[in-house]
Amino acid sequence: MTEATGGIEMEEGVGGKVKKFLYVNRKAPYGTIYALESLEVVLIAAAFDQDVSLAFLDDGVYQIVKGQHTKPIDVKNFSPAYRALEGYDIEKLFVEKESMEARGLKEEDFIVPVKVIGTQEMTDLMQSQDVILSF
Amino acid sequence: MLHTVNKSPTERNALESCLKHLKKGCAVLLIEDGVYGALKGTSSTKMVEQALKNHPIYALYPDIEARGMQDRVIDGIKLVDYSGFVDLAVEHPSVQAWL
Amino acid sequence: MPITVAGKTVETDEEGYLANRTDWSEEIAKEMAKVDNCDLSQNHWEVINFLRQYYDEYQIAPAVRVLTKAIGKKLGPDKGNSKYLYELFPYGPAKQACKYAGLPKPTGCV
Repeated sequence: MTEATGGIEMEEGVGGKVKKFLYVNRKAPYGTIYALESLEVVLIAAAFDQDVSLAFLDDGVYQIVKGQHTKPIDVKNFSPAYRALEGYDIEKLFVEKESMEARGLKEEDFIVPVKVIGTQEMTDLMQSQDVILSF
Repeated sequence: MLHTVNKSPTERNALESCLKHLKKGCAVLLIEDGVYGALKGTSSTKMVEQALKNHPIYALYPDIEARGMQDRVIDGIKLVDYSGFVDLAVEHPSVQAWL
Repeated sequence: MPITVAGKTVETDEEGYLANRTDWSEEIAKEMAKVDNCDLSQNHWEVINFLRQYYDEYQIAPAVRVLTKAIGKKLGPDKGNSKYLYELFPYGPAKQACKYAGLPKPTGCV
């Protein structure tokens, strides 16, 4: 039901055609503000019902590892929010295999279900988008 | 698509990662500290020359000049000014920034 | 404007959201509602408690659309709709209920 009404709203409503949006995340979570900013933009822009994917590559893969406890550095741990994305109908999360492996990580180390893809597939994913937002 | 890189290759892996994600028809534009990736005789020169065989690479000349690098640019890298930057962005269907 | 309940004063931001989430108590929620001329019923508490649980789990306040859908999943379709939630919280379910629940304003809420 949600999807059907979402589609109608998009075709006839303010947004026009549904576009493919890719959020590219390449930074570790707490050293800079990029990761949190990206997440906030994703959550806000979810209201526009577009075709959204998230890509995690390079140090961006560190954003979604399990076991983050930020109390000792007195910073908000925003990693649980990635698990809320499903409720926002954002379910396409991609991790680049080479980036993951270079950092000693495995698929089961992530806090959310992701699809692990190689550099070639990641390149194709980027190429197939209407809009790319980099963080 | 057009890829922009604005970080020095000796400080970040933005350029390296960008070059790994190029497809046929992709172009690269080096801006800000990214122009250090356009230089001869550096640790990333070979990687850039390799990419040049398959993809056009541009560097924003005002950023090259500001950094005093005008005599060190790799042969084959095309220099553009700000309006050239705009042309590139318009010519390509999408733009991705490597930060 | 700070809120004082039973002799204890807690800080809020300029829109009345708690400055520190840990200051929250049911009495504070009631006091906030009183200012809005809202008498908290069992139905209000259901939503407020749901929001507190949601925040504990995800560390964000949900967008209205997400809240509505999640309430429907948990409490049934007669409660998981905008009409029901706006009747309970006329200033906007996410905005007003989040305030009573001691949460920050939802991301993206203006």
